[in-house]
Amino acid sequence: MSASTANSVVEPKPWARRLAGAAVVLYALITIVPLIWIFLTGFKTPPDSISYPPKVIFEPSLEGYVNLFTTRTRQTAEYMASLPPPENWVERLVRDRNMVIAGPSKFGERFLNSIIIGFGSTFLSVFLGTLAAYAFSRFKVPLKDDLMFFILSTRMMPPIAVAIPIFLMYRTLGLSDTHLGMILLYTAVNISLAVWLLKGFIDEIPKEYEEAALIDGYTRLQAFVKVVLPQAATGIAATAIFCLIFAWNEYAFALLLTSGTAQTAPPFIPTIIGEGGLDWPAVAAGATLFLIPIVVFTILLRKHLLRGITFGAVRK
Amino acid sequence: MAEIRVENLLKTFGDFVAVAGSSFTVADGDFFVMLGPSGCGKTTTLRMIAGLELPTSGAIYLDGEDVTFNRASQRDIAFVFQLFALYPHMNVRKNIGFPLKCIGRPRGEIRERVEETARLLRIDHLLNKPVSGLAGGDRQRVALGRAIVRRPKAFLMDEPLGTLDAEFRNLMCEELRSLHDRIEATTVYVTHDQLEAMSMADKIAVMNLGFIEQFGTPQEIYDRPATMFVADFIGSPPMNFLRFQGALSPGATAVRMNGAEIAVPELREARAEGELALGVRPEHIRFDADSALRGKVFETEYLGTNQIVTVETDHGMIKARMRNDSRIVAGETIGLSFLSERLSLFEATDGRAIKTALFDGGRHG
Repeated sequence: MSASTANSVVEPKPWARRLAGAAVVLYALITIVPLIWIFLTGFKTPPDSISYPPKVIFEPSLEGYVNLFTTRTRQTAEYMASLPPPENWVERLVRDRNMVIAGPSKFGERFLNSIIIGFGSTFLSVFLGTLAAYAFSRFKVPLKDDLMFFILSTRMMPPIAVAIPIFLMYRTLGLSDTHLGMILLYTAVNISLAVWLLKGFIDEIPKEYEEAALIDGYTRLQAFVKVVLPQAATGIAATAIFCLIFAWNEYAFALLLTSGTAQTAPPFIPTIIGEGGLDWPAVAAGATLFLIPIVVFTILLRKHLLRGITFGAVRK
Repeated sequence: MAEIRVENLLKTFGDFVAVAGSSFTVADGDFFVMLGPSGCGKTTTLRMIAGLELPTSGAIYLDGEDVTFNRASQRDIAFVFQLFALYPHMNVRKNIGFPLKCIGRPRGEIRERVEETARLLRIDHLLNKPVSGLAGGDRQRVALGRAIVRRPKAFLMDEPLGTLDAEFRNLMCEELRSLHDRIEATTVYVTHDQLEAMSMADKIAVMNLGFIEQFGTPQEIYDRPATMFVADFIGSPPMNFLRFQGALSPGATAVRMNGAEIAVPELREARAEGELALGVRPEHIRFDADSALRGKVFETEYLGTNQIVTVETDHGMIKARMRNDSRIVAGETIGLSFLSERLSLFEATDGRAIKTALFDGGRHG
């Protein structure tokens, strides 16, 4: 598949193309097989999911998804027999395992938390980052270089290294297990990336555009919104993807700082317990659903992303 | 349209003096060019008139009103940038209409005035094109359109032809000048290109190191340079300087240079013994077998209608512009004489011109 996409001016030798093709296929396999395995496991029954040797061919079942969204209780045979016939396929599936649905699971809430916190912190990082980057790029800011270095220095150690202070601080401030707390935390981590990336993008936009707008009657803010932002869209989109991927996938802080109200999906999914241990199909179903928003977001912005990460390398 | 008056305009960036107390007046409807090498303060001056920079001290009056610290948008001026600064996310129509939209004109009026402007600049067929695909000249016209659509009090242009190739630049020079003649807008134009300045300007200010060296018509600046810098900067090849020691007294009509008497315009001021320089334009030099000033031809440069002959003399290399009818060979020894009424005299130490009959009546010229 990759051989046909090799499109250079100097045609590579056939063997080189085949080798390159093989390398790409191999890399794709290595990265995509776990994802496919997760996707398939989501459609297995719990016994199939832990069978040995692993089953590649199996009868698909939606039990994983049902289990992901519900909590169930085991009942005696007499009780099961006394029930009226199941109303839908979900109930039938559950009753086949001698259980009844006790209520919805927490997955929906956790997923919503992930969306609120992930997108909230991304929006905040990009919003503040764009303003800060614009200021750093255009105005005489006292100690500009030192401030930029200071902002970068917040990335010089793994964020989790300050987990204990943050944990204590959040407990005192009442920010533990709150949406606001998590949004602020992820924003704090992402903002340095956002400022640095966006400053690069805004530096590339000639300041004459704003000056022309200023002379033509716009205020500084109008010029920023109507003239600078449209031209920085690529950079903003690329920055937003990077920020969202971090906030969406973050596990360690979420595990440490959230347990209930504000718990995000990553620490929740691996704790889905079925009978006799982890409910692997439900875990896999959760992971599959969890991937969807970020994949959609990335696909929507991928044109910008590609232009974004190669921006500045080649001047139009 | 309006008169622009600048008084003692000073701009410093830290220790660096960008503009050192300029004062000048641009008359209503004049095409005024600020000319100088890069870093001479011409762009900074322009940006202060536009309101993109604030002066350290001094004042700017537009149409009699003090606008020194007004916002750019409150000055009713238009600015054409070197890189045109067309908004890439808008098409030609929107770019030209943008200044009107900014000040909230109704849609119908914007449409009408954009189309009128486009016709004036002969770009009405491009109105719905994106700006990214335009050729350099059309971009330039769109940038001009955006400037004139609002009918501002003055146009400010920062090397607008700087990125065009030479052939096209000449064409745009003519277009700009004829546009100016049609709409009679006060224009301040910044360039480092003397040909642009000479061909378009009503008045030129030659700037150097933040100072205005000379302010005048193109002819005054060429014929009666006020300083050696101006004499050297304007003209191609530039004015020749023959340095010598001497004293001057008013009324004298010749200077002595290494024993040779050279006739000059009648002197109007006295100078004690010191280092002086005689300025001679290349086209004011003739071959004269009888002249005491002799030199060896170093090289000749054929230019079609004429030739530039470089002669090695006791006073250094002298470039002369000659007709092509005389054949001159390198190595030949020849005599030179000058067109005496067109010569300039300078104080070599500070570069100032010494008053002679050359300047008589020049104040009003």
